[in-house]
Amino acid sequence: MVTTTKTKTASNTSKAVELETVTVRFVGDSGDGMQLTGSQFTNTSAIVGNDLNTLPDYPAEIRAPAGSLGGVSGFQVNFSSKRIHTPGDCLHALIAFNPAALKTNLADLDHGGILVVNSDAFSQSNLDKAGYESNPLEDGSLDDYKLFAIPVGKLNAEAVADTGLSTKAAGRCKNFFALGVVYWLYERPLEPTTRWIEQKFAKAPAVVEANCKALKAGYYFGETAEIFPLTYRVPPAKIPAGKYRKITGNEATALGLVAAAKLADKKLFYASYPITPASDILHELAKRKNCSVKTFQAEDEIAAVCAAIGSSFGGAMAVTGTSGPGIALKGEAMGLAVIMELPLVIINVQRGGPSTGLPTKTEQADLLQAIYGRHGECPMPVLAASTAPDCFTMAIEAFRIATKYMTPVLLLTDGYLANGAEPWKIPSVDGLPKIEVKHPTDPDNYHPYQRDENLSRPWAIPGTPGLEHRLGGLEKDALTGNVCYLPENHEKMIHTRAAKIAKIADDLPLLEVDGDQSGDLLVLTWGSPFGATTTAVEQCRERGLSVSHAHLRYLEPMQKNVGEVLSRFKRILIPEMNLGQLSSRIRSLYLVDTISLSKVQGKPFMIREIETKIEQVLSEI
Amino acid sequence: MSSQIPVEAVKLTAKQFASNQDVRWCPGCGDYSILAQVKKVLSNIGASRENTVFVSGIGCSSRFPYYMDTYGLHSIHGRALGFASGLKAYNPDLNVWVVTGDGDGLSIGGNHLLHAIRRNFDINILLFNNRIYGLTKGQYSPTSEIGKRTKSTPDGVIDYPLHPISVAIGAEASFVARTVDVHVKHLADTIERAARHKGTSFVEIYQNCNIFNDGAFQYATDKQTKADNIVELVHGRPLIFGKERTKGIRLNGLSPEIVTLGEGVTEDDLLFHDEKAREPSLAYLLSRMHHPEFPEPIGVFRAVERSTYEDVLQDQVTAAIERGKGDLDDILNEGDTWVVA
Repeated sequence: MVTTTKTKTASNTSKAVELETVTVRFVGDSGDGMQLTGSQFTNTSAIVGNDLNTLPDYPAEIRAPAGSLGGVSGFQVNFSSKRIHTPGDCLHALIAFNPAALKTNLADLDHGGILVVNSDAFSQSNLDKAGYESNPLEDGSLDDYKLFAIPVGKLNAEAVADTGLSTKAAGRCKNFFALGVVYWLYERPLEPTTRWIEQKFAKAPAVVEANCKALKAGYYFGETAEIFPLTYRVPPAKIPAGKYRKITGNEATALGLVAAAKLADKKLFYASYPITPASDILHELAKRKNCSVKTFQAEDEIAAVCAAIGSSFGGAMAVTGTSGPGIALKGEAMGLAVIMELPLVIINVQRGGPSTGLPTKTEQADLLQAIYGRHGECPMPVLAASTAPDCFTMAIEAFRIATKYMTPVLLLTDGYLANGAEPWKIPSVDGLPKIEVKHPTDPDNYHPYQRDENLSRPWAIPGTPGLEHRLGGLEKDALTGNVCYLPENHEKMIHTRAAKIAKIADDLPLLEVDGDQSGDLLVLTWGSPFGATTTAVEQCRERGLSVSHAHLRYLEPMQKNVGEVLSRFKRILIPEMNLGQLSSRIRSLYLVDTISLSKVQGKPFMIREIETKIEQVLSEI
Repeated sequence: MSSQIPVEAVKLTAKQFASNQDVRWCPGCGDYSILAQVKKVLSNIGASRENTVFVSGIGCSSRFPYYMDTYGLHSIHGRALGFASGLKAYNPDLNVWVVTGDGDGLSIGGNHLLHAIRRNFDINILLFNNRIYGLTKGQYSPTSEIGKRTKSTPDGVIDYPLHPISVAIGAEASFVARTVDVHVKHLADTIERAARHKGTSFVEIYQNCNIFNDGAFQYATDKQTKADNIVELVHGRPLIFGKERTKGIRLNGLSPEIVTLGEGVTEDDLLFHDEKAREPSLAYLLSRMHHPEFPEPIGVFRAVERSTYEDVLQDQVTAAIERGKGDLDDILNEGDTWVVA
């Protein structure tokens, strides 16, 4: 459904203030529907033409004990009339559904920010669970904020009283009541959400009626109760012309894989084992059978990668997707794909580790695992997406490299990119690069390990008469691929496999620098810190600081000019959500000093964290 | 329902399935016999080289693909079925064989065995059971008998063994059989039946490792004793065994017992084999008959029809395409979109 960017404004009796960028966060129990509420707000903001960026933040437990601090689920939306690249540092408004949610999130609210709370949930028992000794709504501790205590539960119950729903079912509509209030506050239209409700609950008319009533009641409550002295307006963003949709990283990855298969005129095979935060790629692809996509939910991570390799041997565009723990399990099979030289894309949606770690939170601490994490000399290209939409581009790029160089390729994303949403300018399929894949059919002079100019061997597939051959994990003769234990042959094969991967650098675009091409400081990033760094560097440059930004999407091999780019700057700052893995890699590859900015809290960088570090580094030069 | 094996116009000979690689099993190994019979079966069923794929894991048996002039994958330890599953799911037209052993298939690869069997891919699993680790030079395996002294169990094995046929039936395999490396005709017939079965065929082959576990199955192979120690399963026929074929198996409640024909017992009193029974209970009961208490059954324990994973998956793909072929442009433009002028 296409809509124009014209913003519907409310018949507003309060004064409206125009803002450039706003960040709001919805927080409540994990059963309160915060993810749904946040994604509806996101969707509506996208449709009215804002640039946006989101950060869903949910606990590992599906339903932690109600009212507990550990059970708080949140969804942050940053929306703007200019280009933005992060979910926002400080909150303009916090919508808290219970005391626990208030307690765990209040620190992020701007001084003087808007605080909407569901006062019905501030019972003694909930206050106790959150560890409040007195009721913050009454003890003056929230005086620094614009507090709006609304009895959401009671007002919602009244609003949906005549829909015939049970008290429990009626209570489930209260997030829509609150969403209605916030829609009023930021002058958002109701139509996208009412349309979504109608589609989602089409089989239950009473539920449609109740949710729509709750949404409208919240909106009209904002209007008629006149509790807000001001409302806020964020005009549409000035972004490049074109047709847009909202997309998360996992959706973009899945669509990129489907697109890659189409661009290669081949079929996609995705084998995976359920794991947070990668499972949505499996869900997304399982819906795509009408694109000849086959998905296989394997019995474990190992079987998943093995099935993908088996399908690749059969000629599939083969993918396995997982998160860090799954990569650890797949390591041996990835080594087999390296020695068999079969194309395969392996996706790691990184999460907090080690071990089960922070399964629902983001981190980028699997870089060294990606580059080194297999036994033997086992080189493999490693790519990383920078934004949610970039997952689409990099999934295609991973397949281009995998098929052209007959190699497994690791694509790194992370939990923040995977679940966060951004507007995406929809590409035209005609404008996407074709992927050329050849399967030999001529038995004359066919040798399974005979290499072309890219050092790539032929991808002959079962079903082709005369090209029968055997692949395996034992070292192979450099031409025939037959098992060969000769010392010189093994050394030659190790060098050849390494040279093949190194040579991919010739086929990569050069690294570009955003800002001055030389100067005092270069901030070098990979993965999702791209967003916060982009804005931080922009803001510092507006203030006249000598700082530039370069972003790596190719981690192994690196682009040919990386060393040269680094040499043009006095200092190199590398922000990473790990303890400095790229930093250590850069030092070892280029013998340059680096300054590492590390954050490992399961949360993405804030703009101000990077800005502060930039100021500090520059002040010490 | 039989397996749709891609057929050659003119049948290839067994020899034409041999690769140019030297076979490197130890002289006297039971694997040679199995290799010869598999090639013969491929010839009999009219298989083509280009559509046939042998997949293996790690172990002595897993060198098998190198000796076949077909497509082949010699993969990693225990995971052959993972590779075979992906290959067959992607391309249902291929004739896929998995060669594994008691260590590869039941120890490190036990999980995959269960899941491949329950999914019922149309593949043939040949599990060479020699009750020992050969390639790593003589440690006990999950099928080694309790008390067995090996390099890793100098005081005797203390874990109870797995019985491959019981495991396969427990996972509700649609085809389960047992045969013996040196019973050449029975071996060939059993493998051929497995090849022609549509669905996962699981064949346990008693295979002698003459280096690390010589004579493990002597009771079942020795000319003097084998008639008393094995009973051949034939669908619809009573279980009769013994040199003079005077002994039989009768059901006493839920337990089998050995009876002698003639002494008030007729053939009609015996257990009649029904490989097509929908319920696997009878087949499981047979799989529990172990030497020396009972003659061990060889032949087909179970052969039932079930839909295969790859066919149903392909049907779902075909049905989805019939409902409306996916167009990439449409997919990229799904959901709410907006235009910025």
